[in-house]
Parts: sequence; C-alpha cells; structure tokens
Amino acid sequence: MSEDTSIIITAVVTAELNTATAGLLGAGQRLAKETGGEHIVLTSGGSDSEFAAKVKEHADHVITFDSEDLANNQPEAWLNTISVVSSQKKPSAILLGNDTLSQEITPRLAHRLGGASSGDAQAVSANGDTILVTRSVYGGKAEAEIELTASPAVVWVRAQSMEPAETQPTSGTIVAGDVDASSDIRNKLIETHAEEAEGERLEDAQIIVSGGRGLGGPEPFEELVALAKVLKAQNAASRAACDLGWVPHSWQVGQTGRKVAPQLYLAVAISGASQHMMGIADSKAIAAINTDPDAPIFKHCQFGLVEDYQNVIGPLKTKLAELL
Amino acid sequence: MNILVCLKQILDPEVPVRDFAIDSSGLQADPACANQVTNIFCENALESALQLKDLHGGKITVISLGPESVEDSLRKGLAMKADEPFMIVNNNGLLPDSAAVAKVLATAIRKMEPFDLILTGRESGDWGAGQTGGILAEELGLPFTAFIDEVSPEGDDRLILRQQTDSGWQKFSAPKPAVASITNSDHNLPRIPKTRDIIMANRKPLTTWTLEDLEISAEALSSNQYKARVRKLSIPESKSECEFIEGDTTEEKIQKLADKIAAIARAV
Repeated sequence: MSEDTSIIITAVVTAELNTATAGLLGAGQRLAKETGGEHIVLTSGGSDSEFAAKVKEHADHVITFDSEDLANNQPEAWLNTISVVSSQKKPSAILLGNDTLSQEITPRLAHRLGGASSGDAQAVSANGDTILVTRSVYGGKAEAEIELTASPAVVWVRAQSMEPAETQPTSGTIVAGDVDASSDIRNKLIETHAEEAEGERLEDAQIIVSGGRGLGGPEPFEELVALAKVLKAQNAASRAACDLGWVPHSWQVGQTGRKVAPQLYLAVAISGASQHMMGIADSKAIAAINTDPDAPIFKHCQFGLVEDYQNVIGPLKTKLAELL
Repeated sequence: MNILVCLKQILDPEVPVRDFAIDSSGLQADPACANQVTNIFCENALESALQLKDLHGGKITVISLGPESVEDSLRKGLAMKADEPFMIVNNNGLLPDSAAVAKVLATAIRKMEPFDLILTGRESGDWGAGQTGGILAEELGLPFTAFIDEVSPEGDDRLILRQQTDSGWQKFSAPKPAVASITNSDHNLPRIPKTRDIIMANRKPLTTWTLEDLEISAEALSSNQYKARVRKLSIPESKSECEFIEGDTTEEKIQKLADKIAAIARAV
C-alpha cells in the first residue's frame, strides 16, 4: 500500500458510457472518497477521446492506453497493463466490472500483485487497511461479508447495480499511459462473434419480461416476446425453460446464467427458486404473474397478480400498447 | 491428450431455503443440512474433457481436495469414465479460500505427470467465487481462459478454446499446456453414468495424498492465512411486501397491472 494517500484504481476495459461503466466508476469513486485516497481510472483509447473526457469528471486521474490489443479486449493485454500500472502506483484496491474479461483477469491480477481477489461484489468498503466485500453466496440463500486481507484487493463488482458516479467539482487529469500491453500474449484471440441480439444486452436492459417452466412449452414465449416489444423490453427465462430447450441458453438468468439489474423484472410463470432469484436480486422492481399465491417469487415482488398467464398476457399487451 | 479435471464437492445447491442452515462457526453452511454433491460446473468440465477424449483419445485424471467424502465425487467421475482419481484429504473443518486451494492443487499437479489441459468449473455453486482456476493458472505459470464451452485441438501444440462472452462468443488459440474454466452450455450437460460403470468405478484404485505428502503445513490452510476471509455469514430475512393486485374481474386486475407496469416503463 502507498505510504501517503491510498490509491484506488478502476479499470474500465470497455470504453463505453453505459450503466455498467457508470456503476463501476461510482464504486471506485466512493471507495476512494471513503479511504481519502486518489481515484485513478484506466481505460483504452486516446487521451483526447470523448470517453476519457467524460470519465475525468469522476476521477482524479485518467490514464488512457492507445493499444489495438486493449481496444480489442485481449485479456492478457489488459492483465499486463493493469499489472504494470499497479506495481508502480501500489493501489490498495483495483475494481473491475462484471464483463467476461474483467471476471477472467481478476484472480490472475491479484496473484501477480500478491493481493487478494473476490468477484461478484454487491458492495465494497474499506475497513482500516483491508477491503470488505459483501456478496450473495450459497445460491442466494446467504449473504457473506468477506475481508480481503492482502493488498491490493482486486474485485469485480456487479457494475450495473452500483450507484452511478457523481460528477466531481474538479475534473481529473488525463494522461496517455505508456505500457507495452502486447508483450507476453500467449492466448491469441482469433475470432469474435456477437449474437445478433435485438437491442441491448440483458445485463443493460431496463425492463425484462421473463418466462419459466410454468409456461409449459416454447409457444407461450412468443407471446412474451410480443409483450416485450410493446415495453421495449428484453426477454429472459429461468434455467428450467432453457434446459428444456424452449429458448436459447443465452436467455438464462440466475446463478448459472446472467445477472441482471433492470428497473422492472416481470416474471411470468416462474416459481422463484433461490438460484433464479440470485440472478435478479439487483432488479429495482420485481413483478410476477403466477397461479400459485404461495410461489416464492411473490416474496421478492413489489407487486404481483395471482392468475393464469394465459388469461393475462394477451390483454396486458393490448392495454400497455394503449398506455405507452 | 492428457487432461486434468478439478472436481469440487459442495453442499447441494438445490437445498430448499427452509432447510438451509449455518454451522456453529457462523462462517459456512452446516454440511448436515443437505447432501454433498459435485459442483455442476465441474461436471460440465468433466463432460467437456470426456467429449475431447471420445473424439481425440487421451487420458482424463480427476482430482479433488476436501474431507474423505470427496471420494464420492471422484468415484462418480470415474463412473462417467474418467481414468484416474487423486484425492487430497483436508480435514480442516473450514472451507479454505480460493488462493489456498489453488496453491494445494498446484503443488499436487507439479507432482503428477504433465498435462496438456487443466480444467476447473467456472465457479462453485456454494461460494460462487470463480477465482480458483485463474489463480491456479498463475501458480503454474500457465495461460488461462474463463467461461469456455468448447475445446478442440489445433495441431499438436495448441488448443482452440471457445469462450462465452456477454454478447456471444470468441475463440482463443492457446499453447499447451493451458488452464481453462468451463461454463455450462447445451453441449456439455454431464452424462449419466451406466450402472455397470458405477460398480466398476468403485473397484478402481484411488490415490490419496495428505497435506504432509505434499509437504504443505496444515497451518497454510488455516483460516488466519486466508487472503479472502469470511467475517460474517447471514441468512437474509425474507420479508414479503408484495402488493397483490385485487379486483372484481380479471379485466380489472389486468388494467391495474398494466397501469403499474406502464408507470415504470414511462420513467425508463
């Protein structure tokens, strides 16, 4: 740890302004404030980029790295870059988001720097010289407070559900970093394929209409897709519905699927097993339509309707089309 | 190809909420509140390895660290047709942290014959930390890729690893030996062992190592050495504040539901 001020490094591996970036920057900014330290943000691109100019509103220093490998999200290039900067700056904590790359490099980074790592943090705070992480464990049945005793604490956070960063009274500086990101890359990235997703990623979706086993088959999902369209929402499903082959696995939300944080999660014919709830716990509001008033999902709902979905979805879609 | 699959035994994640309990240490689940099972992602990893072997030949070794009960996970792995099991017994009651586990596994792996590929599950269904694979790779000085759902050989010296990403997938060409963590996909649902193979699996010899055999002090696995130390574990109170939508007719109820949803949708 640095002798004078503590340093918090936030690594934004995808230079895009979205909910995840705002939440990640917020987490770093608050931790720096709490520790009375400096907030340094690492990102890719040129020092004159629009993104860097935006990020400096939430940081003391922004270090940009103009490298093709970093822009292409080559994991080892990021690992090298963050390692080198961290061995110079000696941060007490390094925060990353919940994208695939960040999750992959978190444990490796911690090991390289002699620190401690944790993932899936719902809250990060300082406790004297150590960092505390709060996270959901045992498939959402328990909550743990974990102390990272070695420094730096390297943590990937549930970025979308973190409070966004505030604009600082004084903007930070931007400097172009100078690190050979591309040395010692052993795993060559040879092909990237983006699913032709209609609209945004599930993780960034503001409204999600999700279906479960209670739908009884793949056909009713077509109605949920139509309903989602009216709401400009994304569709998702429980593990049961995906395992039964009704919808693609990329729709799966839960402990073994995606973790989402929409303003509204509408669960249709989903019972609400704890593994599913773990993926939706960060939703601002959860609503359910289910025939069983005792279904666990209702315990987590802001509002719910006890009714057979077959009587609801069609008319609901029509009414919403009128209202919106 | 010579493949090692790391299997973690965990508390059955399907344990109902009403049965879930925390043990007297206050720091982990009570092992008596449910069965111990093999972590699903570790089984996905084994399935991926078995498919590679089915196509390209080779040998699959399985390893597990934990109390004697981890033998069940290793036996099940053998029944699924893994070739050779290694058990590292650790009777320290508390679950060690990922860095400590990775260190023990790395020490054991250095004693074993060389592998082309070392697989772990993406994360475990109990603590879900998802750290062990990455730390293990660093301990061994090997490359690492996470969230892999497909592995295939590329010539003699490299592997193609397909990684699930937030927006689809990407492929890496990795030099052997490599470490990868496996995620679930439509293609690696663990096979169900045949009864005959289960019986055969119980007859296979099992190599058992203690921590002393690996020249690791029990102290190294005690909780005061953990880099990630659990301070508190609690069961969140489930407080239901659901407003059930009432109405005289279904239509009225749907109207109220639509109003509530529209209010949120407009604010987005």
